[in-house]
Amino acid sequence: MLYQEAGQLARRYAAERRIFRLRQDRIGLLLLLVFAFVGVPWLGNDYWFSAILIPFMVLSLAGLGLNLLTGFAGQLSLGSAAFMAVGAFAAYNLQLRVAGMPLLLSFALGGVIAGLVALVFGLPSLRIKGFYLLVSTLAAQFVVEWVLTRFSWFTNDNASGVITSPPLIIAGVDFSSPQGRYLLTLGLLVLLFWLGKNLVRSELGRNWMAVRDMDTAAAVIGIRLLKAKLLAFAISGFYLGIAGSLWAFAYLGTVEPHGFDLSRSFQVLFIIIIGGLGSVLGNFLGAAFIVLFPILLGNLSALLPVGVIDSGQLENLQKVLFGALIIVFLIKEPEGLARLWQRFRLRLRVWPLRY
Amino acid sequence: MEFFFEVLIGGLLAGVMYSLVAIGFVLIYKASGVFNFAQGAMVLFAALTFVSLLERGLPFWGAFLVTLTSMVVLALLIERAVLRPLVNRPPIILFMATLGLSYMIEGLAQALWGAQVHGLELGIPDEPLEIHGMLISQFDLFAAGTAALLVIVLSFLFNRTRIGLSLRAVADDPLASLAVGIRLPRIWAVVWAAAGFVGLVAGLLWGARLGVQFSLSLVVLKALPVLIIGGFSSIGGAIVGGLIIGAAEKIAEIYLGPIIGSGIENWVPYVLALVFLLVRPAGLFGERAIERV
Repeated sequence: MLYQEAGQLARRYAAERRIFRLRQDRIGLLLLLVFAFVGVPWLGNDYWFSAILIPFMVLSLAGLGLNLLTGFAGQLSLGSAAFMAVGAFAAYNLQLRVAGMPLLLSFALGGVIAGLVALVFGLPSLRIKGFYLLVSTLAAQFVVEWVLTRFSWFTNDNASGVITSPPLIIAGVDFSSPQGRYLLTLGLLVLLFWLGKNLVRSELGRNWMAVRDMDTAAAVIGIRLLKAKLLAFAISGFYLGIAGSLWAFAYLGTVEPHGFDLSRSFQVLFIIIIGGLGSVLGNFLGAAFIVLFPILLGNLSALLPVGVIDSGQLENLQKVLFGALIIVFLIKEPEGLARLWQRFRLRLRVWPLRY
Repeated sequence: MEFFFEVLIGGLLAGVMYSLVAIGFVLIYKASGVFNFAQGAMVLFAALTFVSLLERGLPFWGAFLVTLTSMVVLALLIERAVLRPLVNRPPIILFMATLGLSYMIEGLAQALWGAQVHGLELGIPDEPLEIHGMLISQFDLFAAGTAALLVIVLSFLFNRTRIGLSLRAVADDPLASLAVGIRLPRIWAVVWAAAGFVGLVAGLLWGARLGVQFSLSLVVLKALPVLIIGGFSSIGGAIVGGLIIGAAEKIAEIYLGPIIGSGIENWVPYVLALVFLLVRPAGLFGERAIERV
């Protein structure tokens, strides 16, 4: 009743092409943004910022990075954490070694460096396809982890191989309180998602989808595979690099190379499976699921009498449930939570009168 | 020179251990086109079940039989609950399902039998033999022998039995084999059970080498480059790939390690596999895919 497009006609091409064609969606998004930027910092407490909201947002961003590569361009990758690590360590070293480097510029350059590294490991994708490509991204995962632990230059010769966050100061404003870190992450998140959403609607995004569906056919209709695949790797690396910087500096504060190991790559992959391959919104839903599920399970088990489930068993149980959920998702809803949301919206549009 | 050969032979024998895990992959990929990431978890599950039964007082063969039965039951469950509903889905979806499966099996194994490290003694002497002045581990020789036996048994199964015939038919063309009356679900259950058996053998040997613990499921990461070099659909390729990876890893560790630093054995196999792939994009023995638009 309230959520209908009746009467909202596009009179200009620009109105036809906008992301949110429904006025209700635009108002909803505006309210959400106002709430996120003004309401949440005012309402939330430190626990919510540090333990839930910041990891949720960073993982959403990482999910978008991988989704561009796997969900849109169809190149399976198990090296996400490596590119996150490159971004984080590059940003750290830029801050450390270049005097007067602005924080945001070092994040961006860290992203660029991660993108270049991803580009190098994406080169084999021109010749190798499908599962064989896993070996390239896994090589990235192991080589990067090894290089960062082996050469102590990257960690500034720290004895335990740990890097610590530089002061989070942008244009004289200190962002190092939980609220500040939340706002910093949120700002970058909104900017990058806006960019990403437009990217997948552009010519490049359409080329990616053609390559994903069948790359030989895409080549036949004149899409340059070289450009499409390498750009997918580079842009995905850029997003993951920035997500890595935020993970290291806005969320954790201190991080070692092993913080970006293979299990982190799997975590990002699960986000996009659960959220929805080839969906921008799905990254939020998947990340929310990944962050909230263990907390929820922990709280539920705390309700049981003491001793029924110990912490070791809880971890195993979590693993079993997690694996089962992934399989159920793949069977029941291969397009993920994003598709559920889409269906809900369609229902809402005809509510209360169904056709 | 003698030292070089000692390193080389040690590496080749270690590579056979990787092949043991890779063979399980190949079986499943050949018959169902599924890239089974859960093979490592199956190795862990088999080894953990076996060792826990042994510790509860079962004799060796009793524990072996019970574990084998549980692997077959597991295979039937997987076929029913995971493979059948996912029929005709793209391979990438099936791969991700096996990722979920590996989490489930790992969690289940540890929930059932606990997460502590178990020692496993197979009664194979681990003193090195001295042949022509080279020291060669007896255990590795035994593992190589087991692998050879396994390959012989599997090739007998594939080439001489009725079920092997249908396995080959399914690998060749699933639709055509359906048309001539081969039951696909049964074939899948058989190959998953066979992969479970291979996983059990691999689990026993790896368990005796490293101790039965969670890190057993990580051997899957060692088997992956082996598989890539050999090609996903060739058992012989898995053996050759294992030999190449094993030898290259040891040689790199001994001769390259002192120059650029230790710990390189994690990524050398991957870089090597990458180089191989650039020359032969479907591995050494893999079938080259023909694409039609």
